This record gives sequence, C-alpha cells and structure tokens, in this order.
Amino acid sequence: MSYCRQEGKDKIIFVTKEDHATPSSAELIPDDPNDPYEDHGLILPNGDINWNCPCLGGMASGPCGEQFKAAFSCFHYSQEEVKGSDCLEQFRGMQECMQKYPDLYPQEDDDEDSKDQQSPEPAPTEAAPTVTEEETSS
Amino acid sequence: MALSRLVALRLRAGHAGVQTRQKLQSTGKCLLQCLPSPYNQVFRNSSSLSNVPSPGGAAYGIFVAIATLGGGVYVCRTLHRDKSRFHDRLSTINSIRESIAERTDSSFSKEQVEFREADTDKQEKQRGEAVLPSHVPFLLIGGGTASFAAARSIRAKDPGAKVLIVSDESDPPYMRPPLSKELWFSDDPYVTETLRFKQWNGKERSIFFQPPSFYVAPEELMSTEHGGVSVLTGKKVVHLDVRENKAKLDDGSHISYEKCLIATGGTPRSLPAIERASEDVKLRTTLFRRISDFRSLERLSSKVGSITIIGGGFLGSELACALGRRAQRSNLEVIQMFPESGNMGKVLPEYLSHWTTEKVKREGVNVISDAVVKSVSYKNGKLHISLKDGRQVETDHVVAAVGLEPNTELAKSAGLELDGDFGGYRVNAELQARNNVWVAGDAACFYDIKLGRRRVEHHDHAVVSGRLAGENMTGAAKPYWHQSMFWSDLGPDVGYEAIGIVDSALPTVGVFAKATEKDTPKRAAEESGTGIRSETDYEGVVQLASDSSTVTPSLPSPAQQGDSYGKGVVFYLRDNVVVGVVLWNIFNRMPIARKIIKDGEQHADLNEVAKLFNIHEE
Repeated sequence: MSYCRQEGKDKIIFVTKEDHATPSSAELIPDDPNDPYEDHGLILPNGDINWNCPCLGGMASGPCGEQFKAAFSCFHYSQEEVKGSDCLEQFRGMQECMQKYPDLYPQEDDDEDSKDQQSPEPAPTEAAPTVTEEETSS
Repeated sequence: MALSRLVALRLRAGHAGVQTRQKLQSTGKCLLQCLPSPYNQVFRNSSSLSNVPSPGGAAYGIFVAIATLGGGVYVCRTLHRDKSRFHDRLSTINSIRESIAERTDSSFSKEQVEFREADTDKQEKQRGEAVLPSHVPFLLIGGGTASFAAARSIRAKDPGAKVLIVSDESDPPYMRPPLSKELWFSDDPYVTETLRFKQWNGKERSIFFQPPSFYVAPEELMSTEHGGVSVLTGKKVVHLDVRENKAKLDDGSHISYEKCLIATGGTPRSLPAIERASEDVKLRTTLFRRISDFRSLERLSSKVGSITIIGGGFLGSELACALGRRAQRSNLEVIQMFPESGNMGKVLPEYLSHWTTEKVKREGVNVISDAVVKSVSYKNGKLHISLKDGRQVETDHVVAAVGLEPNTELAKSAGLELDGDFGGYRVNAELQARNNVWVAGDAACFYDIKLGRRRVEHHDHAVVSGRLAGENMTGAAKPYWHQSMFWSDLGPDVGYEAIGIVDSALPTVGVFAKATEKDTPKRAAEESGTGIRSETDYEGVVQLASDSSTVTPSLPSPAQQGDSYGKGVVFYLRDNVVVGVVLWNIFNRMPIARKIIKDGEQHADLNEVAKLFNIHEE
C-alpha cells in the first residue's frame, strides 16, 4: 500500500513494487519525428549523417575529420553488396591520417592491453572507437 | 628573530618619535615666541586704525598660542603613530614571509614558483612567436567546456573550419566535474600531475577533452589545409568591437573575426567577511574553480590539520565529501558550514536536504548548518571564524564555495546587454547576443522556450549550449530545446541526476521506494560504461536491467518508511506543471524526465507519472 505524507509544501509518497505494478495512466504527447528543434541521433530524418552527433565524439572534428567524413559518407551511401567495399581509398586515406596522430586515434592493430595504457581516447564517449572499428573491419 | 626585529623597529620608531616630538616642541616654542611679534605688529596697526580698544588682546594671543601648541602636539602625535604603524606593517609582512617559508615545504613553494615560471615562460614564448593570426573566421573567447563544445560543433558542421580559442587559463580546455569528484578518489599518487582519473568501469581518461596533438598551433591555423582548432592560452580578450568585428587582447594585439562566441564562464565569489579580513586570512583561503586550485588544495590536504569549507551547494558538498574521505586516512579535520539548514538546501526539499546532510556527516565531515559567517581573523597560527550566532570555529584553511560571478567585462566595450536578475550576458533563445556574437555556458542568460529565462551553471549545459552556439554560428538558427541535465555524487555510494528547474522553493512531490545495495552511482557507470553521467544520455538506449526478481522490498509500515529515502523521483512543480525532476539514486532514466518536462502537461496524479520511471527496478 502506498503511504503519503505532507511536509509543508512538499508531498512525499512511499510506494511498494506492487503499487507500481499496474501500467501508468499518465499520458505523454507523441513525439513529432520531423521536429526541427529536436536533436537527432546519428542519422538525420532526411537520411544524412549528423556529424554533430555526440556519439561520434571528436571523429568528425579532429585533424582527420575530413578524411573520416569522406570515408564514413562513402560507407553510408554505399550500395555495394559488401557495404563500403567501394570506399577503400577513403578508408586508406583516413587510416594514413590517423597514423600521424597516435595519441588521438589509438591504433587498432595493437592488442587490448596496450590500448588501455595509451593516452586518452579522442572522445568523451567510448562509442566512437567502436564505430571506426566496425567500419575498418568490414 | 622576527620578534626581536620587531622590538628593534619599535624602539627605533619610538626614538625617532621622541626626536620628532622634541623637534616639534622646539618649533612650537619658537612659534610661541615668534608669533606674538608679527601679531603684535598687526595689533598695533589695527589699533592705530580703529579707535575701538581691544581688551582681550593678550587673552587672544594666549588662545592662539595654545591652539598652535595643540596643533603642533597633534601633528607630532599623528606622525609618531603613522611611523609606528608603518613599521608594524613592515614587520608583519616580514613575519608573514618567514612563517610561509617555515610552514610550507620548500618543495611546495618551489613548485609554485615553477608553475608560475612555466606560465610566464609560456607567455613569453607566445609573445616571441609573434605571428598570431590577425583574422580568424571563428573566434571563441574563453577556453572552457562551452567553448570546446562549440569548436567541435563548428568543425563538424563546417568542413575545414578554422577555429581559434582564446583562453586566459594556462591549460587547454578541460572538464571541471572531476576536480571535485573523481580526481580525489584516485589511487594514483601523481594524480595532480597527470590529471587522469579512473572511471568506475576501470577505464582511465584525462580531464582534458583532447591531448595537445589535437590542436593546431595558432600561427599555422590559417594555413592548415583542412582547418582545425587552435588554443591561445594565457591571453585574455579585453575589448570587443562588435561594429568592426574585432577583438583586442591583453597584450595589445588585435584579431578580427567573422563569428564570435563569448564563453568566458565565471569567477568564484568570495565572502564579504573574507574580503574584509587581513592578508593572513586571504592567503589561507581557496576560491575553488581551476586545476591550480585543485592542485594546491590537494597538497594542503595532507599538510594542514583542519580545512573548513564554506558553502553548502554542489561544489561545497562534493569537496566536503572528497576531503572527508581523505580525512579517514589521515589526521585531517574537515568542517563544512553554510547558512541553510542542510546540504543542498537550495536545491533539495527540506526532508531530502536533511537526509543528505546525514550522509555527508557519515563521510567524515563535521557539518555546521545554520551558520552565517560574521568575521574571519588570523590569530596564533590559526584561522578563527566567528559566526553570527556566537559560535567560533578554529581551522587552518578555508575553501569558499559560495557561488560564481559570471565574467561579463566585455559587455561595456561590446555594447552587450547584461541581465539584472540572473547575471550574465542576455541572449535570445538561439543564444545570440548581437549580430555575429553568441554567448554560451555559465555566462549566458538565455531564453528557454519551455522554462523561461534562466542562467545555468552546470557541465552538461555548457556542452549543450556550446554545441548549439556552434551550430548557430554555422547557420543553423535553432533555439535551446534539448534540456541539459546535471548530477552530483556524495561519495561513491549515493548520487542523483536532475534536469530542469530544481529549486527547493517550489512545491515538490517525491515518490520513493526502499533502496537496495545495488543502487549506487558505481552501478550506473558500470552499466553504461562511462564515468561522466551526462554521456549515458547519448548512448541512445535506456538501459534497464531485467533482473527484478531479486529486488523485493517488504511491505513497509508507515513509521519505518518515514525516514528512508533510498531511491525515488522528485517532481518540482510550477503552476501544477513539472518543471524539474530529480532522479534520486536511480539512473539511466533521464530521457523520460526530459520528455515529461518537454510535454509541459498538468498531470492529475504524479504517482502515475512516477510509474514511468520503474523506480523499483535497477
């Protein structure tokens, strides 16, 4: 049974698991997928890549940003059977650029242990390296 | 030795004073003798002119003589007093210098000198490399979180953009939350050098957003093929000409721009009692904000016996908990005092504020609530804090965490509007102040379409507003829409996340369940894999553990449940609409809270809304 208390202007309710077992009757307004104000994830409503997505971290803004954008765009729009197989040149360019900044872009060919010991990864989120890992492995 | 020097000075002063007095007295005597003669002449003349006799002539002469003597004595006394006060002052300053050398390690002062030297070296080097860009497309004033987020955003939106950050700090952009949290819990003895912290998931990272190799050298910025971000450290913009789109630095150089962002942040406020106090007190006071403050406080924490934190908000409470944990390993006494009745008194409803205070006390902090500081003095090697209600506190060092004053010195030269209610530069919903000038971060008083005009001093807001400003500087024209959040940890066992207007003056509705051992910030970070809580948002997926069978709170009796605010959600209401939410010891539910605030609906039963948060699950 839920228990309620009022302390001045503040109301306190204690609830058990059973109290909250029934679905909520609170109504939420459905989101407009085309809302121009909303932040979007990696892919914008029109299909373009959102380079400002926090999930990319610093990949699109760093010294190798242009190469990364070229490679990732190519991959995104690639219609080949093996997606991105027509983008080898862009990926090579990106790889070459990244090798010039080893402390910004930890080299994927090092083993797991040394990666942890290296200098900070390029982004506050760790999703970015995984993104590139997926790209280069495919 | 200082004492004997003091005595010697005093004697000299006294001796000199005596000499002065003697000199003056002799002058006075001389005056006494001299004065009547010219006076007599005048008298004689006047009496010859007028026929009226002057009966009090002699009395008048005596009166003037006495007045002169009195004046002479007064002058001599003042001179003597000033001289002795001057010598006192000199000896006090000397004794301060000596006591500092004695009190602190030689390595400490050496390091301070080293840091200062490094600073001046850097500044000299930069001045030597005179080829600073005279024009940049994007000029960001201020080198903090908002500025860096804007730089990243501009680079993402505008391919090949050239961005120049001008910062008066000596470090490149870094994040502040770990300075009062994670860095204190590090096991690394060199943490003050490396500034790396281990997140709960074991991953280490630096507080710097990017290592130095990320940035382009300022003199190469305009010639770099694909553009980049440059940081000019140790320089301050002192004048902004909005009409000519030009900024002037403190070294006299000019930089013109196409788009400019002001992200100057703020300066910690001090207490009037400390401002009025002596140099001895000010030397032992830290206004905590920057890396240098963290370094010096960290060093102090292992050297002094007692540290007092004045201020009961986020920064004060976090530092108190961090130092309290330190204190458990050493002989350090940690005191925290504030005018409210509990920690976070302006943020959390009273019952929760009191619960939090108990938690802070359990972290090893001596909490003194309802404490208003009247004066602070330095006596016998200790700081004495006098409170208005008569209580006295003795301590070695004071940390003031009593608020932030936004840095708005550019308003006058740039012709920018300041806000009288919240402080800071007044900007519109798109964060624009004037044509080509935007403001983001702590210094921006902006119009929030949903919640009204406000100014927010949190990390995630700096990121969100910086990112938005960067987008708008590259042509987007989007208003502030994505509500930023904030969080606080009181030690590693209890934490909360919040969003919107979280003001304890508003009516609140809190819905609580009993907390299990599994509800800690540690757990939240482990699940999401990040340490900075705002980033769990961007994972995009609300992670809710499916394991609910182990969590079975027993049916509580009302009296028992009365005091246990283990985990839950608190809604802050304005005109019956939820404008703020605190997620108490439950994590990874921020998107739901954000949605509720965005809807801005009047919900009849907030318990139903609370159900959306699944507070009983992990």
